[in-house]
Parts: sequence; structure tokens; C-alpha cells
Amino acid sequence: MSFWFWHGLWNGIRSTRYPGIVESDPGVTPGRPVATEFASPEQASLAAADCPVNAIVAQGSSAQVDLRTCVHCQRCRFGGAYPLEWKQDYEWTMVAASREKYVPLPAAYRRSLHIMVVDAGDCGACLHEVKHLNNPFYNAHRLGIFFTATPRFADLLLVVGPVSENMRVPLLKTYEAMPTPKRVVAVGACAITGGVFGSGFMSAGGVSSVLPVDLEIPGDPPPPLAILHGLLTVTGRKALAPRQPDFGRTA
Amino acid sequence: MTAPGSPMLSPERVDFDGLTAAVQERFSAVVSISRADKGVALSLLLRDPESLPPLSLFLYWEIGCSFGGLVVEEIAQNWRLSYLFLAPRSGWVSVVLEFPLGNNSVPSITAVVHAADWHEREAEDLFGLKFENHPRLGDFILHDQIWPEGAAPHRKPQRKSVDVHQPHLRRRPNPNWRPLLVVQDPGSFAMPVGPVYEGGIGESLHFILETVGEDVLRAAPRLFYKFRGVEKIAEGVPVSQVLLLSERFAATSSFAHSLAFSSAIEKICGVEVPPRALQLRVVLAELERLRHHAGAITGICESTVLAVAASQAAIIEEELLRASCRLTGHRYLFGLNKPGGICRDFTSDDFRDLLIAVDLAVDQLRILEDRLHFTSSFLDRLEDVGVVDLNKARDLNLLGPVGRASGRCHDLRRECPYGGYEQYQFEIPRENEGDGYARLRVLFAEAAQSAILLRQAIDTLQPGSVSAPCEATHSGAALGWAEAPIGAALHWVRLDASGLVERYRVITPSFNNWLGFHVAVEDFAFQDFPIILATFALSATECDR
Repeated sequence: MSFWFWHGLWNGIRSTRYPGIVESDPGVTPGRPVATEFASPEQASLAAADCPVNAIVAQGSSAQVDLRTCVHCQRCRFGGAYPLEWKQDYEWTMVAASREKYVPLPAAYRRSLHIMVVDAGDCGACLHEVKHLNNPFYNAHRLGIFFTATPRFADLLLVVGPVSENMRVPLLKTYEAMPTPKRVVAVGACAITGGVFGSGFMSAGGVSSVLPVDLEIPGDPPPPLAILHGLLTVTGRKALAPRQPDFGRTA
Repeated sequence: MTAPGSPMLSPERVDFDGLTAAVQERFSAVVSISRADKGVALSLLLRDPESLPPLSLFLYWEIGCSFGGLVVEEIAQNWRLSYLFLAPRSGWVSVVLEFPLGNNSVPSITAVVHAADWHEREAEDLFGLKFENHPRLGDFILHDQIWPEGAAPHRKPQRKSVDVHQPHLRRRPNPNWRPLLVVQDPGSFAMPVGPVYEGGIGESLHFILETVGEDVLRAAPRLFYKFRGVEKIAEGVPVSQVLLLSERFAATSSFAHSLAFSSAIEKICGVEVPPRALQLRVVLAELERLRHHAGAITGICESTVLAVAASQAAIIEEELLRASCRLTGHRYLFGLNKPGGICRDFTSDDFRDLLIAVDLAVDQLRILEDRLHFTSSFLDRLEDVGVVDLNKARDLNLLGPVGRASGRCHDLRRECPYGGYEQYQFEIPRENEGDGYARLRVLFAEAAQSAILLRQAIDTLQPGSVSAPCEATHSGAALGWAEAPIGAALHWVRLDASGLVERYRVITPSFNNWLGFHVAVEDFAFQDFPIILATFALSATECDR
């Protein structure tokens, strides 16, 4: 069965060179809506009214975007009469809204970051994208990023999903079992605000209602490169995206 | 627990009139028959609840229907329970039972239709219905160590005992709760796995592996850690919002679910979807199936720790995700379906890129299959592992590729065509062994068929608009369905007079197949467990909702 060896060699190296270079294949990221100037305040508020999750906020004649709540439904891209501009980037990890500022993990963690992933009611998309970090394209190992099977070895807790009621206690136990220093990253709109599931009898409405969250990676789902950027910011290897303005809705 | 009578593996071929006549002849005293529409071909209103088990037995084992699911609704002062059966060549048959709200007791059909087991347990947990003679109720969706008895959160607001709009962040688990163990030999023990999975990155679910040493005698999955109450969240919400939910509760088959939901709304509103939109839906649904199967194959290769093959399959999956993103702007095909059609049109230039990616994926999958076929260490792990024979597959109503690997021919695209599938030439791959290798072969063959379907739909694409106006202002209920990558997905939607969703019932293939998973994991070695799990390609989030 030596053909597997040749098969692997024949396919060559497929890994991206990010963060050394910027990936430009249009398929690696869905992009995101960005603040757009309209001709009049009425047009801006009509554009905002098209958003099913109120992620677009009209301020004067411009439509601002609250990326934390955006669920990437693309209705503001293709649907309405007043479309917003979309930007094909992926470096959008932010400090959690409840935090003043983020202190990166010490330099010793730069090439040895061990991650515990907890699925707290995720739809499968964010979890899939996290899983794809191990595929040959993204190959997180080359950056010293490892997924671990036990919280005792973990430096970072990556949570996907809005925290369902039945997963709340397992999530808390996982967090408590982790040694300090530790950081918590919420991945995806559901983990940040509850997303389409909101908060209710079966959903806590985001990780921050049960755990102190340090960083947030918006998106529904954030593409693997956005998650990779987030993991690099944990140890300060990449700069965080600027904090977005408070739209008067921070919990 | 065996069903009376021998299972009919080659059901008598009855058509719609034959079925109606047969029901008339046997059950005319207790059933009023009406031809229904809105997705259901035949509606059988039962006058006597006690005749429910014999009627179910007749439909399932004598006519050869497959079980769709149970829809529980509260309408005014009545319970309305609809048991959905798919009759061969006749479409959906709904057996309806209506009785006043004060009476919560229903005869259980689990003893005659085993596939109804979890549906009844779910209704007991969420609605507080009592199913007489059901073998095991309780501790299902609402986990017993956290939830109080009799919570019934899905009941209407004025009758519920739980505030569905408030999280209960201070509820503590009961430390004395213990799972039910079946194996009682001296020296036997139970090994818990999950819900925070030890395999690294995995979905949250729990298994109790009961063993006496080397071999696992019984493995019971305990699901619903991820239950988010999708059906309850959708109540009282406009259709455009529920559409977001239908896409986002199970992302790996999001297009199929939004398709089923949209078609239910279209049936309520009586909207005819333009032919171009139907064809585009076929293209996108088959693209999703191809990508899902590539992902499932990756999972199987990973479970056997065949690293190069797993990497190659992961490359194929990622290329398809990128092609989806280049075409539609979203890697998981969110935001495309809407009641009435598709949100946006594509040009033939858009499809050129997609076809190149799909052809490449199909070529690479074929090469991968050839190589796997000659990798004896890989085949040793899959052959004769997790065997489900045809009798059991029929008994537990296994759907999708899992059922088809055991010789069942259940595919809604063929049995109950929707969205113009009847105009395409394609095969439904089947295998008879029912082991892990048969399931892998079915996945490969279906991926190839999906590419053929996708190309046919693109080649015959008609000009015209891609959506019809569909304003949800009608009240009414309808059933929408689609063959999701893992099997049949049913969405039952009832709208109220103002066009808001009154009841949204999602019946997913994973819910059905998880029930049957335990027969594949009886008496096996520990190291086979992840492989059997991977060959079932089940999704916990789709099951939990």
C-alpha cells in the first residue's frame, strides 16, 4: 500500500501561507457587510429595515454594521433595494464587548497553544470550520496550534453555539477544569449573542452569560481563516480588529 | 419487543385507490377518510383512539408504508396528533387523532411501529402527553438531572409551566441522578463517553458503553445536549425569520431543510414555483449532498486513522466549500432559499466554475475510492462492522444512505418526487450487506449520482424568473419535504390568520437514524466504536434541533 505515500506526494503542498501572505481566493471567506454611505437618511433606514436580526443601524445617511449580531443571511447584499457594500476580508476578531481590553497570553504560548473546543449547541457550521483548521489547506499545526482532548492540557477554550441549557453545566465544568492562565473565545454569532436562537428556555443567549469571554470571532460561520486569525491574536501574533462602536445594545 | 406478523419486505404494490379501498374495507367503522392536499395525499381521521395501533400496524406492516413522524399540535381546546406514513406510490398518509386537552392519554404505537418510539418520548417530554404501554418514557429531551418533572415547555403559553423566554441560569443538576444500565453481570461496568467529546473536536453527545471487559455489549446514545427548542422559538414569528432558523439549526444540510420549509409555505399559500427556480434548487441541493458525502467520507477515513486518505477527502470537501462560496457567497449555502423560489439568479459563467470544481471532486473521489478498495488494513476495519440487516433497517425505518446500504430503497426524490426530480435520470445506489463498507460505497456512489443530477439540471436550465411572489397571509397547514443528505426531512408548518408561524414541526433524518443506531453497536469491540459512528454519518445537531 505504498501508493498512499505517492498519492500524498503527487498532490503537493496545499497549505496556505497565511499569516505570511493574504489569501485572495474568493472562496475562502463569505466576506462581511461594512458601513455604507447612502444618499439620504431615509435610504439608510430602509437598508437597516431589511436586516432580519437588526445588525444594521442607520446613523444619519450612513448604515453602520454591528458585525457581532450579523448572521450572514446576505439579504443586505442581494435582497433589498439599498444593498450594503461587502468586503472580502476575514481578519475581524474583536475584544469581547464586555471587556475593556484584551491581555494576550504570555510569549511562551506563541508556538504552543493548546485548544479545547466545546460545542455548546452549535448548528455544525462553526464546528466544521474549526475542524477544517486541521485540513491540509489551513494546517494549524504548522503555527503551533493544537487541539487537545482534555481541558487539563488546554490554554484556550473555544466555544461554539449559543450555550444550550443541557450543555451549560458541562461547559462550566470544562472551564473550571482548565489551568490558568486561560482565555475564552466565542466563535460565531450564536456564541456571541445567541444568534437566531436568541435567549430563552433552552438557550443562554451567548457564552458571555455563563463565562467571562475574552475574544469574539463574529460570522455565521466565520471561515477557517477568520478563526485562524482569532487564534493568532490570542497570543498577540496578530493585531485585533478595532472595537466596533457601541450601538447602545451592549449587554 | 417484536412486531406481530412477519415483516413484509417486498410490500404489495398498492396504488392510491387500492390503499383507500383497503382502509375503507378494514377500518370504515372507526375512520373517516378524506382526500387532503397541502402535501398530504390522504387524511384518515380516527374516531376511536383505540384503533390507532391496529391501523398503524396495517399501514406499516401490511401496506408497506414507511413511518414519517408524529406531529403534535394544540388547536383551540383540542389535541391534534398526526401520524405521518409514506405509502408506496400514493404519497403521504396522515392518521389524525383529535381529543380534548384535558385528556392527556394516548395509546402508544411503539409496540407495532418501533420507529415511533422516540417521537412518542419526545411528545411526552415536551407536551406532557402520556403514551399508554410505551416501554420506556422519561429522560429524553429534557434531561432528568436538570429538568423538573412535568415541565412540558412546548405547550401553549397559558398552559406551560416553564417561562420559555427566560434562561434558567441558576438551575443546578441533581447529583443523585444515575443513568439506567441494562447489563447487570458481576464485573460489568459502564464507560461514559462525552458530552464534551474526548476525540478532540466533536459534537456534544453522550454514550454509555456497557461492557464486561473487551467487548461492548450495549451502547446507548444519550442525545439532546444541543436541544435549542427550534420548534418553540419559531412560534409566533414571521416566516422570513423562521426561514433563518430552518437554515441554521443543522448547517451541514441547511439547503435541504430550508427547501422543505419553503415548500411547506408555498403549499399553504398556493404558490407555483417557476421552473428555473426548481432547477436551481436541484443544483444547490445536489451540491450540498456532494459536499456532505465528501465530509462523511473524510470522517470515515479519519476514524480508521488513514491519514493520507483523510487529508485527500478533506481537500475535496474544502474545494467544494470554496466553489459553493464563489458561486453563492456562502460556504454552507445559507440565504438562498425563500418561499417562492431562490433569492438570486446565476449566469452560465457562474456555473462554469462550479462544474469544473464538481468534475474535479468527482474524479478525485473516484481515485480515492479505487485506492481505498485496495487498502486491506482499511477494509479490515470496515467490513462486517456495525452490520444492520434489511429486517432491522425496515423495523427501525432507517433512512438515507444508511438505510440504502442495508438494501432499503427509500429516497423521497424517487418515492415522493418534489421540486421536479421526476424529470431527471439518476440512480439510487443500494447495497445489501449493511456493514460499514456498504455504507461507504453508498456514499461514494451517491456523490457520483449527485454530480450527474447537478449537471443535468444545469444543462437543461430554462430561462425565466427565479422566484414567484409569496406573501404569507394565509392561514393553514402544510407538509414540506426534501431528501436531505442523510435522509428524509419533513417540515410541518401551520400559519395563523396573520401569517405568523403557529406550529413548526421539524422531523429530521438524524432523529430517525439515531434511534436505529443501537442495533449496529451491539456486541462489538471498543476500537470499532468510532468507525461505526463515522459510517452512520449522523448529526447530533440535526437530531436535537
